[in-house]
Amino acid sequence: MLLISCPNCGSRDETEFHYGGQAHVPYPENPNELTDRQWAEYLFYRDNTKGAFAERWLHSTGCRQWFNMLRDTVTYDIQAIYPMGTPRPDAAGQLTVETGTASLAPDSTTTGTAAPSTSGTSISGTSTTPASTTAPEGATK
Amino acid sequence: MAETAAPATSYEKNLSLRVSPAAQLRADFETGSVRGVVEISEVAFLTMVGLRVNRDSDAGQRVAAVTGGLPATCGSVTGTGDSSVLWLGPEEFLVVAPREAHESLGGGLIQALREALGDGAGQVVDLSANRTTFELTGPRARAVLEKGCSLDLHPRVLKAGTALSTEVGNIPVVLWKTGEETFRLFPRASFADFLGRWLLDAMREYASPEVP
Repeated sequence: MLLISCPNCGSRDETEFHYGGQAHVPYPENPNELTDRQWAEYLFYRDNTKGAFAERWLHSTGCRQWFNMLRDTVTYDIQAIYPMGTPRPDAAGQLTVETGTASLAPDSTTTGTAAPSTSGTSISGTSTTPASTTAPEGATK
Repeated sequence: MAETAAPATSYEKNLSLRVSPAAQLRADFETGSVRGVVEISEVAFLTMVGLRVNRDSDAGQRVAAVTGGLPATCGSVTGTGDSSVLWLGPEEFLVVAPREAHESLGGGLIQALREALGDGAGQVVDLSANRTTFELTGPRARAVLEKGCSLDLHPRVLKAGTALSTEVGNIPVVLWKTGEETFRLFPRASFADFLGRWLLDAMREYASPEVP
């Protein structure tokens, strides 16, 4: 079991927390202008990172507050815990050097600078507007 | 239970008919308690008020004036007189007061809190029926809780007067250490029966003489 250090409550068991998925997935600035495909990719497509992964957690049995966590998906090592709305810490993100097949290059979805990447699966010719580059205030909370 | 005199009003009758979430365990609590070792009882119908307000805001200051301060950090408890305020989150608190403080019995606590909050951002919600209260007391109370709670309950870490929301026996509770050997547990009403039986089971070994 993971021992997670809640920013408000200190170290608690993993069973007190709920997982909130990948962090830094910004809400599209103009969701009405997205194609169905882009919208579906915003909703459902997430990274499957091997190595350091930024994710959201909720201390549901304690203070009921969300926070971000940088966790290694291979070793389960918790590298950083930081508040919602703050960017992914760089130094900790570069700690891990993995030799697996998954790319560790910081892509758009884990750095919070753009909407989920659609480069690998998008249908060309349907994109009407570029995906937003910034999340609205509070969208990541 | 049975009223010998006819109640004056149907309202009083309604109050006399209410059943606490662990009322069916009352006899079991009596027989399951080990006198002088570990005892359990239900403290029914305490007045509880859910507070959500920023401590630093004007509304927070006004609410704090009514409750006798709002706790600042995880685990801390403030309060005046009979009522206590437990920290649940950075802007979330639980006021626990005797049952007489409830407006159904003529108390004015909830109304006073509502007026203190005014139109400030936050909320005051009567949560008296949300949770019930178990009181576990005795030298073995800590040993009983340690069977199902992963927090460090040793007195050098958990001081009397600390309240933490956590899990006991896989049930989310607010665990409040009210004295050196006294704990109060606040499980939600629907979990009260399970947690009561779980605690009785955990207490059972202390009824037997200790094996040297």
